[in-house]
Amino acid sequence: MAVKEENKEKGIISAINGPVIKGKNMTTFKMREMVTVGEQRLIGEVIVLEGDVGTIQVYEETEGLKTGEEITPTGRPLSLKLGPGMLKNMFDGIQRPLEKIQEISPIFIPEGIGLLSIDDKKLWPAVMTVKPGDVLLAGSIFGTVQETEVIQNRLLVPPTVSGTVIDVVPDGSYTIEDVLVTIRDAKNETHELKMAHEWPVRTPRPNAYRRETLVPLITGQRVIDIFFPIAKGGTAAIPGGFGTGKTMTQHQLAKWSDADIIVYIGCGERGNEMTEVIEDFPKLIDPRSGKSIMERTVLIANTSNMPVAAREASIYTGVTIAEYYRDMGYAVAMMADSTSRWAEALREISGRLEEMPAEEGYPAYLPSRIAEFYERAGSIETLGGDDGSITIIGAVSPAGGDFSEPVTENTKRFVNVFLALDKSLAYARHYPAINWLESYSGYIKILSDWYEDNVAEDCISLRNKMLELMYEENKLQEMVMLVGEDVLPDDQRWVLEIAKIIKVGYLQQNAYNKDDTYVPLEKQYAMLKAIEYLYERGREGLKLGIPTSRLKNVDIFSQFIKMKYTIPNDDLSGIDKLKDEIDQYFEVLFKKYEN
Amino acid sequence: MKKEYLQIDKVVGPLIQISDVDDVFYGEVVDIVEISTGKIKKGKVIKIEEKNVIIQVFQNTAGLAAGNSIIKFTGEAFNLPMSLDLQGRIFNGIGEPIDNGSDIFSLVEANINGRPINPMSREYPRNFIQTGISSIDTLATLIRGQKLPIFSGNGLPHNELAAQIVRQARLGDNADEEFGVVFAAIGVKHDDEKFFRKSFDEANVMDRVVMFVNYADDPIAERITTPRCALTAAEYLAFEKHMHILVVMTDITSYCEALREISSAREEVPSRKGYPGYMYSDLASLYERAGMLKDQVGSITFLPILTMPNDDITHPIPDLTGYITEGQIVLGRDLFQRSIYPPVAILPSLSRLMKDGVGEGFTRGDHAEVANQLFASYSKVQEVRDLSQIIGEEDLSQTDKKYMAFGRAFEAKFLNQGFDEGRNIIESLDLGWKLLALLPLTELDRLSPENIDKYFPKEA
Repeated sequence: MAVKEENKEKGIISAINGPVIKGKNMTTFKMREMVTVGEQRLIGEVIVLEGDVGTIQVYEETEGLKTGEEITPTGRPLSLKLGPGMLKNMFDGIQRPLEKIQEISPIFIPEGIGLLSIDDKKLWPAVMTVKPGDVLLAGSIFGTVQETEVIQNRLLVPPTVSGTVIDVVPDGSYTIEDVLVTIRDAKNETHELKMAHEWPVRTPRPNAYRRETLVPLITGQRVIDIFFPIAKGGTAAIPGGFGTGKTMTQHQLAKWSDADIIVYIGCGERGNEMTEVIEDFPKLIDPRSGKSIMERTVLIANTSNMPVAAREASIYTGVTIAEYYRDMGYAVAMMADSTSRWAEALREISGRLEEMPAEEGYPAYLPSRIAEFYERAGSIETLGGDDGSITIIGAVSPAGGDFSEPVTENTKRFVNVFLALDKSLAYARHYPAINWLESYSGYIKILSDWYEDNVAEDCISLRNKMLELMYEENKLQEMVMLVGEDVLPDDQRWVLEIAKIIKVGYLQQNAYNKDDTYVPLEKQYAMLKAIEYLYERGREGLKLGIPTSRLKNVDIFSQFIKMKYTIPNDDLSGIDKLKDEIDQYFEVLFKKYEN
Repeated sequence: MKKEYLQIDKVVGPLIQISDVDDVFYGEVVDIVEISTGKIKKGKVIKIEEKNVIIQVFQNTAGLAAGNSIIKFTGEAFNLPMSLDLQGRIFNGIGEPIDNGSDIFSLVEANINGRPINPMSREYPRNFIQTGISSIDTLATLIRGQKLPIFSGNGLPHNELAAQIVRQARLGDNADEEFGVVFAAIGVKHDDEKFFRKSFDEANVMDRVVMFVNYADDPIAERITTPRCALTAAEYLAFEKHMHILVVMTDITSYCEALREISSAREEVPSRKGYPGYMYSDLASLYERAGMLKDQVGSITFLPILTMPNDDITHPIPDLTGYITEGQIVLGRDLFQRSIYPPVAILPSLSRLMKDGVGEGFTRGDHAEVANQLFASYSKVQEVRDLSQIIGEEDLSQTDKKYMAFGRAFEAKFLNQGFDEGRNIIESLDLGWKLLALLPLTELDRLSPENIDKYFPKEA
C-alpha cells in the first residue's frame, strides 16, 4: 500500500543530522503530521514547526538523503490501521508487519518500503449484529469476526462517528477495506464503516469513564500473585540492572497472565529475544483456553539496532493497539521491554534538536511523557458499555543498576507496583530475582476483598505475616554476618530456617519446569499455608524447649523445598500429606520433651 | 563529474567543515587530496546544514589547511568490496590492505553500516560451542550466533583468554561446515596485535582470519569504522558464503572513547560521563549484527573484549554493553592476583542463551542443574568467607567449613586451567560433580534425585 500523499505544497530538505532533518517551505505542514522524505519516501513525523522551517524525525535510516529533496505531507498524524489481523503477528515500531517486510527483503530490513499495515487482501468471515434503522453510538459494536481461534474481534464504530444505520451487508467474507455498514449522523452526513479504522497513535482513545480496579491480574508467579499483586487495569514497573532477568520476567508475564490479550513491545532490546518469542509462544498452551498463547498475542519489535525514532513511536503504537482491544471489552495486558530505551530515544532526538537538557541529558519533559504513557492504563467502561482494561507492565533498565537515575525515579512516581530486581539474587541464581524488601504493591488494600472472597479468608493476612517474617530474617542476617548463626537463640534460628524455605521453596520459581512455570493461585496459597503450619508447629516445640536442630527434620525440610515440583498443580492432596507428616514427627518429638 | 571544493572553513579534531556545497548526500564518502603530495585521505559526511557540510576525516587531520587540499565528493556511501580473498589478509580501519598484498577486487560491494536483521528472519541460537574452558563451557556456555563480551580490566589476561577460545573452539558435529575468524583490533597496542597474530598462526587458522587493525597511535575517527568493516566482512562470509564466523574485537573501550571524542568535537549534549546519548544505539548497531538466519548455514558469533575503566562494571561502557549482549564473561582481579587463570569471576558472568543450548541433545542432561548448583554453592562460599573474616574460620559451623573447602577446591581445580589445556564438556561436568561431593548432600538443593543417583560420585 502506498502512502496517501496530499496534493499540497511540498517541503524541501535543508539539513540532515542523523534521524533528524529540517525542511524549508513547510508553512502548510501541521505539527505531528506524518510525511514522506526524499526520493526513497522514508517515513517521518513533523516534531517542530518554526516559521517556514519544519523539523522532522525520520523512522528509517537517513543515509543517502540529499538536501533539496522533497518532503511530502500526508495530511494526517502518524496513525495505525486498527482491525483484525494484528493478533499472532509481529510489527515494527510503526505497525509495519515484519512478515511482509520479509517478503520484500528476505534477511535485512531495507529503507523506503513505505507504509505497510495489516493485510488488506485477506477475507474475514464477518457476522453483522445490526440492521437498518438501528442507532449506532460511537465506539459501539456492529459485528464480529473470529480473528483467531480464541479471540473474537468485535467490529467497532470509530470513536469519532455515530448515527443511524441505513445499509448493512449480509454476513459473509470481507476484507478490512470493504464497506460493511453505512450510517447517517445527526448532521445528515453518511459515514462508511469498515472492519478497520485509523487512529492517531499519540491520542488516547476515548472511553465512557474510569472504574476502580478491583480484580488482580493472575500471573501464576508466586512472588507477584501472593506478595506483590498487580491489579487488572493497573501499572507496574520492573527495574533491574542487566542480567537480573527483566526480560525473563516479562516473558513469563506475557505467557501466563490471565489477560484476554497480550501486547508485547520489544523496545530497543535484542533481536534474538524477539525471535525466541516467535519460536516459543506458538508452542505454549494457555492454561485457560487450551490453545496456543500466540492466539492472543500482538508483538511489536523495534530491536536495538533498528532506527531510533521508530523506537520512540513503538510504545505509542503498542498502547494504541491495546486500547483498540480494550474498547472491544477485553482485559489487555501490555508489556514494554524496556521503557528506558524509549526514554533514551527521547533523549537522543532531544539532543539532536539541541534542546536544553535536564538530568543526565534527558529532556525536561521526560516525567510528563512517562506519566502520559502510564496513564493510558486503566480499568474503564467502553463507549459501547462494556468493561475493558489495560494493565501496563514496563521494564526499566537503570544505568549501572542504580535506581536513583531519572527514568526509574520518574517511573516510580507513576506506577503502583514496583518489582525491584536485585543483582545479588540474580548472582545466586535466585529467579525471579524480585527483591521482597524493596518491592511493593499499592493494590493490596483494594484487592484484599477479592483475595478473601476468591482464595481464602486469611490470604492477605497470611501474606503480611510471611512478609514480616522475611523482614525479620533480613535483620537477623545482619546479625549473623557479625556473630555467626550458632550463637542466635533458638526462636530466631527457627525464623532463619523457615525463611530459607520461603526463599528457596516458595519465592524461587523455575520458569523451565513444566509445573512450576505457572502455578494456580490455589496451590500458591496452599504452599504458603503449609509453610506457616510448619512454622507454627515449630514454635510450639520451641516453647517446650526443643532446640531448632531437633525441630529441623531434614526429610520434611527437603520435601518443603521440593514441593513446587513434587506436588502437581491439579492435585494438592500432597500438601495435606505433608502436614500429616509434620504432625507425626512433632507429636513423637513433643512427647519426648513433655516428659 | 561532481564539483570539487578547495576551501576548508574549519578544522576541529577529526572534523572539517566546508561551505557552499551542492548535491551531496548524508553519509557520502569524500576524498581529501593534499595538493602538494597527492596523498588521499578519506572522510564521510556526517551533518548537512543548508550548504554547510561537516565531514569526519578518517585519517589524521594534521596538515590540513584552508586551500592546501581538494575535497572531492565520490557520490558513494562507504562500501567495501567483498570476496573470499579477504581471508588471510590484513586491513586498516577503513578497509585498505596494509599487508603489502594487492587490493581486493570484487563486483560485490557492501555498505559497512549494514542493516538490521529482521527478527522474523533470525534463527534462535541453540548450538553450543565448546571452548574447552571449564568455567565458560559449564557456567557461561558460548552459543553459536551469540554475542558474549569479555569484561576485563587493564592488565588482566583477556587477550590470552580470547586467543585460547579461538584456538580451542570446536564447532561440534558439523565439522565439515567452514569456520573462520574475523578479528578487529581497535586502538590496540602493537604488541597485542602481534600476540593475536602469533596465536592465530599457532592455531593454524591464519589463512582463515580476516584482520582489521587500528593501532593505538592511529587516528581515532578510523576506530569508528574498524568494527563496521570487520562486521561487514563477517556478514559476507557468514550469510553469503555460509561459514561459521567468530568475530573477536578488542578493545571496545577504545571505540567508545573515540565516539566520545568525536561527539565532543561536534559539540553534542553529553550524557553519562561525557559519552554521547546515542552510545546505546551505536553499540547496538555493532553487537546486533551477530546471529544466525533461518534455514541457512552460517553464523556470526561475536566475542567483543572491553576493559572496564577502574574495574567498574557500572561504567557506561560495560553497562550499555551488558544491556545489549547476551550475557558477559567477567574477569576478576582478585582471582588474577591469586594466579588463577583464566580468572573468570563466575557469579557476575552469565550466558543468556545457555538455557536453550545445554542439556540432553546438546551437552548432557545434568548440565543445567550442575551449573545452577555450582553457582548457588559458590555464591554461598562468598557469604561464608565474609563471615570467616569476622569470626575466624575456626569458629565456623561444620557445614560452613565444608563450604570453605569447596570454595578453595573449586577455584584451584575448576576455574584454574592451563593456557594449553582443553577440557571437553563431559570432563568439566564430571569435575563439577566431584567438587560438589565435598558438600553435604542436604546442601545440594538444586540437584534432582535422578541426577544425584546417576552422577553423584559413589566413592565420596
